[in-house]
Amino acid sequence: MSQPTTAPQTEKQARPIVPFLRLGSNGDTPHLVAKKCATCGAVYLGTRVACSKCFAPGPFNEIRLSDRGSLWVYSIVHQSAPGIPTPYVAAIVDLPEGASVRCTLVDVEPDPRKLEFGMPVEMITKKVREDKDGNDIIAFFYRPVQQS
Amino acid sequence: MRNVYVLGVGMIKFGRYPQKDVAELSAEAALLALKDADMTIKDIQLLASGNLLQANAMVGQRILQQIGQTGIPIVNVSNACATGSTAFREAYFAVGSGEYDVAMAVGSEQMGKAGLLGGGGGRESVEGILGSGLMPAVFGQAGVEHMRKYGTTAEHFAKVSVKNHKHSTKNPLSQYQNEVTLEDVMQARMIAYPNTLYMCCPTGDGAAAAILVSEAVMKKSGNKPVKVGCSVLTSDPWTERDLTLPDVSTLTRTAAKQAYDKAGVSPDDIDLVELHDCFATAELLHYENLGLCKDGEAGRGVDEGWFEWGGKTPVNVSGGLLSKGHPLGATGVANIYEVVTHLRGQAGARQVENAKVGMAHVIGLGSACTIHILTA
Repeated sequence: MSQPTTAPQTEKQARPIVPFLRLGSNGDTPHLVAKKCATCGAVYLGTRVACSKCFAPGPFNEIRLSDRGSLWVYSIVHQSAPGIPTPYVAAIVDLPEGASVRCTLVDVEPDPRKLEFGMPVEMITKKVREDKDGNDIIAFFYRPVQQS
Repeated sequence: MRNVYVLGVGMIKFGRYPQKDVAELSAEAALLALKDADMTIKDIQLLASGNLLQANAMVGQRILQQIGQTGIPIVNVSNACATGSTAFREAYFAVGSGEYDVAMAVGSEQMGKAGLLGGGGGRESVEGILGSGLMPAVFGQAGVEHMRKYGTTAEHFAKVSVKNHKHSTKNPLSQYQNEVTLEDVMQARMIAYPNTLYMCCPTGDGAAAAILVSEAVMKKSGNKPVKVGCSVLTSDPWTERDLTLPDVSTLTRTAAKQAYDKAGVSPDDIDLVELHDCFATAELLHYENLGLCKDGEAGRGVDEGWFEWGGKTPVNVSGGLLSKGHPLGATGVANIYEVVTHLRGQAGARQVENAKVGMAHVIGLGSACTIHILTA
């Protein structure tokens, strides 16, 4: 039997589904991060080589985004690619830092009558699948702010 | 740039052709355009071929392998749904620059029943998890944004579909030619709110071709001259949410302004418009984006029939993408075909009476927008 050429498998780790989701550690909670152009203040999810708004070649500062935002618009998807469960609320959420996030809205009925423009929403995270090495893949979702 | 004219156009009926390949479909359209121009392939000095799904498969060369390998320069073009119109623009510049006197643009696509599932990029799918990047949801959101801003209703959007399906009954080249009622549209299966099945363009196959020539060549022909008043192409500038909710409006507005300026006409001069109604929501937005009505007035315009055949500015009298079909790469040339046919007075039962100025608008998401204004 041949020996594996890769390093021995280490402990399984949770991985964020996109690089701009930070899962949090040492007591910190999961949150999104963005790159903010130091010149014009434009905010990007993910990296930019230069600012696509003001064209400055950087620098970009990493900022932590708020957990709460508001619903800008949505669609309710009833037919998607094969294997993707429907219906789901495909939303655009605005965050106070100037970021706009494409996301799925959960814990709400997929019904336009239940979705109000500007409604406050908050981010949660959930495991959505495992990668080929068995690590948990964690995604973020938004849900209406829970009234307490 | 010197003046450029459309001398010949050709188009095959959009539909499903599983027994043929895309080069054959394109070749049929090319031969129709050549016949219309009273030319042969030997007259063509440059070919611009627009095709999206086979962008790496040298479709232009394969067309000439079907109808005559003359050794001319061929440009294969891919620009999302603006692929065909970008090919037309390449042919326009080839002639306008003075380098060539006769150029042909062919737009083609063979989609079968698989839609544009978008995305790609090779990463693990986030579809359904991080919202949706699929076209129905993106254009659903764009429609919902209009609802948010102006109080537009799902019924307003549905009426766009009723109109375009009605128009298509008079277009023998339309993929579908059946009328639908408002009730049919509203009660059809929901695809992505507010767009139901009849508010989404179908998948399909098709091809269209146009032959562009210099003024000297035009004058030797017996065909009624149709001049290309302008050819505009824009891409999406930075806007607040463009990177998450593709902004199909800003680049269309920029293109429209440039187009009107270059062609020296105003929206009131436009006798017919073929615009990019990939979804019913998109068409309603573009009434405003193209200046056919004021911002916030599109819903009212729909209610009052401004954009119907016989209305103030007839839009998509061909049936539009919603009913005529949207074989991606073919669409941009098919729009030109429709406008030219009206400007020549050859559109039969759907003829827009006394049409002198027509506009063809296409949006490719990602984003690219073309506008051509043609004049008789």
